[in-house]
Amino acid sequence: MKHLLSTRDLSRDDAVAILDTALDMAEVRQRDVKKLPTLRGKTVANVFFEDSTRTRLSFEAAALALSADVTTFTAQGSSVSKGESLKDTLQTIEAMGADFIVLRHQHSGAAQAVVDNRWVDAHMINAGDGTHEHPTQALLDAMTMRSRLKGDAARGSDLDDISITIVGDVVHSRVARSNAWLLHTLGASVTFAAPRTLIPRGIDHWGAKVVDTLDEALDERPDVVMCLRIQRERMSSGFFPSETEYSTVWGMTPARLAALPDTSIVMHPGPMNRGLEIAGSVADSAQSTVTDQVTNGVATRMAVLYHLMGADS
Amino acid sequence: MTRIVLSKPDIDRALKRIAHEIVESQRGESGLVFLGIPTRGIHLAQRLAALVAEIEPQDVSVGTLDVTMFRDDLAAKSTRMTVPTEIPASGVDGRTVVLVDDVLYSGRTARSALDALTAIGRPSIVRLAVLVDRGHRELPIRADFVGKNLPTSTSERVNLSLVESDGVDEVSIA
Repeated sequence: MKHLLSTRDLSRDDAVAILDTALDMAEVRQRDVKKLPTLRGKTVANVFFEDSTRTRLSFEAAALALSADVTTFTAQGSSVSKGESLKDTLQTIEAMGADFIVLRHQHSGAAQAVVDNRWVDAHMINAGDGTHEHPTQALLDAMTMRSRLKGDAARGSDLDDISITIVGDVVHSRVARSNAWLLHTLGASVTFAAPRTLIPRGIDHWGAKVVDTLDEALDERPDVVMCLRIQRERMSSGFFPSETEYSTVWGMTPARLAALPDTSIVMHPGPMNRGLEIAGSVADSAQSTVTDQVTNGVATRMAVLYHLMGADS
Repeated sequence: MTRIVLSKPDIDRALKRIAHEIVESQRGESGLVFLGIPTRGIHLAQRLAALVAEIEPQDVSVGTLDVTMFRDDLAAKSTRMTVPTEIPASGVDGRTVVLVDDVLYSGRTARSALDALTAIGRPSIVRLAVLVDRGHRELPIRADFVGKNLPTSTSERVNLSLVESDGVDEVSIA
């Protein structure tokens, strides 16, 4: 594997191998010395055309934990505002010596275009392209599910007997797409619950079920409920009547959590709109994996960087 | 052509001798930690720990030390899978750590293991035990305990099988 652009490119064995390495990276993060020399002398460039705090910091932490040098580029106040193209920006960054480019871009397919057109030789990692994909988020979510639901039996396993309900703004969510494809590859059964206005066309090809109410999905007692963020910045009005109505019908409330088995977990990729798609008390409950996901994010990204560096890639 | 150079009784005898040598060198020290280097070093570490405890009851623990992320050839070779590192609860600080590997060749794995160990703690003494030393060192490293010195050429392959992973105890050269 030379690049990570889409979870659709990952076979079951690829994904399980990355998740297993991530377990070992998580163990390293527990040590007194949290650093490995693996990427010493390599440079990871974080290139972010879109605002992001957690993803950028997570990639930075992962690269630093592997002893890479890290440079960060954000579009604000850069030559992009002078009209520089993506191609020229990336070639400039690579010319300064980047071995890995972590790209977050507002246009779907940006990272794929960079690789297809051979604009750079560096390893490309898609850190979110428009409303398309966010593969490392899906991998860290899968790692979190495996570890929380399977415990010591996590290593080497896929998500064959796991049921997941993904609720909320599916149409604008790259997290939902990357998750749907990865979870399908790992053998999980996925149900989407969302107002029809927030369900994308062509969802029938995702290998998932779609239901019209959250309660209908929760009646099946899923192992995982994944709340998606209502992306106010991507949304013009008219997708749903009001925020109050949304949280009543589609929000993960304390009553809905109470109706789930104690072993079920509630996930959220962050940043959360507390009180909208997830109640504050649910986010803070023992069944919430929100902080686990952040911790696992660093380990997963370390594993991805490691799997891309080998000579067979 | 494959030629068997060590059979099960040879391996048993070699490990027993190494265990005695370790006990002897350990006089007056406290706490022995055997750390196996994956994959076959893990089994050898467990066998040595059991043998040492048999010879003289003492504070012996066993663990696993994965050296993958400390190797110097990662970018040049295809991706190697990592293996979980398991350090005994008592840790390695102030103890005698015996690193255990199956075959000593270039010395690069042992070098990686020393770095990996440094990231985990500060043993008072670190020693290296191997079942086979086949020569051709590329680094100034030597083993403290060797089961069998096997002169080989670099074009030969040393195959080491253990009951735990391969169903049979045997060392052969091909």
